[in-house]
Amino acid sequence: MTAAVEASGLGVGYQGETVVADIAFRLEPGQVLALVGSNGSGKTTLLKTVAGLLPPTAGRLDVLGARPLASPARVAYMGQFHPSSFMLPLRVHDVGRMARFARHGLLGRLTAGDERAVREAMAVMGVSALAEAPLNALSGGQRQRVFLAQAFARDADLILLDEPAANLDGAARAIYRRQLHSLTAAGRAVILATHDIDEAAECDRTMLLAHRVVAYGPSAEILTQKALLSTFGMVGKYQEGGIVIVEREHGHDDCEGH
Amino acid sequence: MFLDCLVTPFTANAFMQNALMAGILVSIACGIVGTFVVLRGLAFIGDALAHGVLPGVAIAMMLGLPGMLGAAVGALGMIFGIGFITRRSNLSSDTAIGLLFVGMLALGVAIVSRSHAFSGDLVRILFGEILGIRTAELVTQLAATLVIAALAVTCHRPFLLLCFSPEQAEVSGFPPRRFHAIMLLMIALTVVVSFRTVGTLLVFGMLLAPAASAALFSRKIITMVVSASAIGTCSVYAGLLASYHLNIAAGAAITLSASLLFFILLTARQLMPRPAGAKS
Repeated sequence: MTAAVEASGLGVGYQGETVVADIAFRLEPGQVLALVGSNGSGKTTLLKTVAGLLPPTAGRLDVLGARPLASPARVAYMGQFHPSSFMLPLRVHDVGRMARFARHGLLGRLTAGDERAVREAMAVMGVSALAEAPLNALSGGQRQRVFLAQAFARDADLILLDEPAANLDGAARAIYRRQLHSLTAAGRAVILATHDIDEAAECDRTMLLAHRVVAYGPSAEILTQKALLSTFGMVGKYQEGGIVIVEREHGHDDCEGH
Repeated sequence: MFLDCLVTPFTANAFMQNALMAGILVSIACGIVGTFVVLRGLAFIGDALAHGVLPGVAIAMMLGLPGMLGAAVGALGMIFGIGFITRRSNLSSDTAIGLLFVGMLALGVAIVSRSHAFSGDLVRILFGEILGIRTAELVTQLAATLVIAALAVTCHRPFLLLCFSPEQAEVSGFPPRRFHAIMLLMIALTVVVSFRTVGTLLVFGMLLAPAASAALFSRKIITMVVSASAIGTCSVYAGLLASYHLNIAAGAAITLSASLLFFILLTARQLMPRPAGAKS
């Protein structure tokens, strides 16, 4: 069976400068891989390389059996930033419809099937009622749900999500996680970048990154206190069944409780 | 009597009819292109292109060639120059645009200043001569407007994705660089064919003001394009009337009308009750 993503000796970085080297992994259809690490550890860089937004600095990378970007309609990508969205005259429904452009090129007409896929994705993420609302009138959390709906509306075989749960409240997180389960049950592969250890623990596989691959494998085996300490570089402890990461960044201590 | 003031200038003068036709075509081209200039924050490059054509036009006129040809060469020189500087240095595109902008403008003025015979040309280049438009020029303007409209229709998906997020354009199979280049060529084409009408100095106003006015109220990009074209057309009509009755420069009156309309619409929006937002 063709792997969703297969990398060996992969180097990722910007303008020829490697951020993370020697990445090797194989993600099968129906699996979810969590990329976990502190800010600047290389999560987004790896995700963008798989999406085809950055060229690999070394090694081999196959996405759905071909080079990245070979099949735009089969890969969905949700990045962290949408800098222009505040002033764009776009309705929520228009944002969803953009997900289907990859299937039809410049001028191919969107079909009833496309409209149905958009409606279903919006319904799943609970934004159907906002369909006619201008994007720039939404809160950060509502906008994040719209962007997730856009990624899901692509109906892609590989879904790449950069910090998908950012800005989501508890209820929206639960909805999004249910959707991840149903997508993987349908054979879709997902790679997500996250700081959330709980989220990573629910994934099939986890890659811990700290400018290098600290550990990679089944989440249950990888998310150990020792590996997390190596990844985040500071004090960590288990607390009431969860993990507290204390991360020092630019001379300050930030705490993320889970 | 009042109606006569609004209509007679156009019914009684062929040159006013031609000017109105040319202005409407400029408004449509600027409405389409200006929408993307505003949404993508390309105002500076639009301004630079509008001024950067000056040396090309001046040299063409010195050599007895069509000014439009010189403008096209000048605009293409700007686009390639900006690309060259940003690729070969670590400077931002804003710096590259600024460098070429002032350099080309200074070069244009220097060329024109070599001869007194060209000082009248400089005014024509900067402010246009919409009241002297000939039928052949109308045909050229119509052809350019049709090309711009066809490009906008063909590329509306990548353009929308570029406005939304260049990354989404890339992962959707529309290379952002290619479609950004097409967008720049559309700006250049608009500037090149419009400089005879409203001049290089004022075409930038027509690119920006109607589209910015439309952005105040539009909830869809197609609405913004149509509104910008309509607002531009109203500006042309009002500007020509003002020029006719008040004996002021037509190009300047048109652009002034477009700017005034923006402030009127902005004030109207401030006075309107805000709709209930979806934010929580």
